[in-house]
Order: sequence, then structure tokens, then C-alpha cells
Amino acid sequence: MLRWIVFVPVALFAILAVTFGLGLRRDPSAIPSVLIDRPVPAFVLEPVKPGVAPFRQEDLKGKVSLLNVFASWCSACRYEHPTLMALAENNTIPIYGLDWKDEPRACLDYLERSGDPFVSIGGDMSGRAAIDLGVTGAPETFVIDKAGQIRYKHVGPITEDVWRDTIAPLVARLEAET
Amino acid sequence: MKRRFVLAATLAAVLAASPALAVMPDEQLPDTVLETRAVDISRELRCVVCQNQSIDDSAAPLARDMRIIVRERLVAGDTDAEVKAYLVARYGNYVLLRPPLQGDTWALWFAPFAVFLLAGAGVFGFAKSRSLPAPAPLSDADREKLERLRRARAETRSL
Repeated sequence: MLRWIVFVPVALFAILAVTFGLGLRRDPSAIPSVLIDRPVPAFVLEPVKPGVAPFRQEDLKGKVSLLNVFASWCSACRYEHPTLMALAENNTIPIYGLDWKDEPRACLDYLERSGDPFVSIGGDMSGRAAIDLGVTGAPETFVIDKAGQIRYKHVGPITEDVWRDTIAPLVARLEAET
Repeated sequence: MKRRFVLAATLAAVLAASPALAVMPDEQLPDTVLETRAVDISRELRCVVCQNQSIDDSAAPLARDMRIIVRERLVAGDTDAEVKAYLVARYGNYVLLRPPLQGDTWALWFAPFAVFLLAGAGVFGFAKSRSLPAPAPLSDADREKLERLRRARAETRSL
């Protein structure tokens, strides 16, 4: 006769297997942002494009926008560049750039060669604004709502799939907010 | 004699050598007390690029920036806890190599003890179920038989 107790190890194993099974499906490199639903931290960044005003976090208020952390040295940024160019050419959404630990000269060369999708670019040589934003690498893209709050952070390049399946629906929802 | 000296010197040099540090001399604070605190804090903070190294160990540029921030906060008069809170406000608890004890981490901290207790209880229960009941005391007939056997054995030995 089997007593109920012999099933305890089996049940424990099942629970562990399910827990670890779910855990394996998660991406360990994805770090949740603590800044979601919080205002963009204050910054004043030197403009990368000559002859324009500094880029401030207040510039992001009043519309739904993207804040893209990139750099000319960042190879994955080249991968998402065509997507950003398409968004800019179709006037889909204003894209602001944070040029992370990069020479302005190198950045301008890069944009000259591959096109400039940005409304405005702030140069973050010291990397302080990036740290205030909790940036862990480039590229990263923040979706900013009309109130100037961070609503989503995408780590890694924005491919067409990422735009269509994740960011575009969110942007549409945020546009509908008053 | 000279040879022995060279050997000793080599050994001393090898023992005195420390592993290469990620912390660059230009980052270090002149105040040794603050610098020691900075190193202690840096060892508790995760490099968010490499993820399994502390910022004290990591050569990543972002880790360098974070080390410099740690030192700036200390010079500004922050306590160790305030320095950590500064980075947690930006990167979340993820940046702490030792997760804090709070609502969503209690399982992380106490599950090992729970498993240990559970396993202990299991072993205890198993051992108890296997132990045999104490044997009944010998009857008079058994005692006589035992006595007879002992005597018989003693006789065979003395032969």
C-alpha cells in the first residue's frame, strides 16, 4: 500500500521543475527598469549638432516621443538605424538622441554617412545622464509619454518586429491619453 | 648562498604580488579611509554590463563611471547606505550583489533553510519508521537454553 507521503518528493520535484522551467525561458540579461512611470530625470546636455540649444529633459514634454541612447562606436545601433530612419521619414514619432560617451565629431560623421533621424541630440560625454536613466548599454530606447514620463524601455536594437509588435501599439495607446 | 637569496626574493615577490586591479590609479581617492570605504561599497555593487562581476572587478567603462560616482558621493559626505541608494534609484535592486531582505525576496533568503528543515524532517521520519520495536524479555525456558549453550561452549573450549 502506498501512503500519501511517498508522493511528497514527486510533488516537490514537479514544483521545482515548473519553477526552473519558467525561469529558463526568461532572459537573464534583461534588467527591469526602475524608472518606468517616473519622469525623465533632469539633464542638460550639450547639443551635438552645432548652433542649436542644449537638449533638456523638458524638451520631451507635450508629445509622445522616443529617447534613443546611441553612439557612433555602437555596432548594434547601426542595426537599428534603418528602422529609426523610416520612422523619421514617415513622421511617425519624434526621436531624440542621447549620444553616449561619444565624440560629437564622430557622431556627426556617423549621421552624415547613415542619415540623421533625430529631432535633437544631446552629447553625454561623461555618461552621467545615461546613468541617471539606468542605461546598461547601447542601444536602449525609452518611450516617453506626453507628461514627460518614461513608460517603457527597450534594451537592444529596435528592429521592424520590435517596432510593430511592441512599441507601435504602446505609442498608439499613449497618443490616445490626454 | 646567493642562490638561496634569489630564491627567497622570487618567492617573496610572487607572494606579495596582488591580482591586477580594475580600479585605475586616477580614480583612487587620496584619503585612504574613504578609498577603503569606496572599495568595500564597489564590491557590493554589480556591474550592469558584465552582470556577474562587481564594479570593483570590472574593466567595463560603465563600471568605471559607477566607481567614480561612488567616490564622488563619499567625498560629498554620503553614508555607505546613501551611496548604494543613489545607484539603486537608477538601476534598481539589481545593482546590489547582495539582495535586500524584503517582501519579494524572502523566498530567496529562506527557501534554503525551509528545504533543509523539510529534508531533515524527511530523514528523521524515515529513520523512525525503520527502527524495530524493542525485543520482548527472555522467557525462563529461553534463559535455561541460553545457559545450557554457554556451558556447552565453555566445555568445548577447555578441551
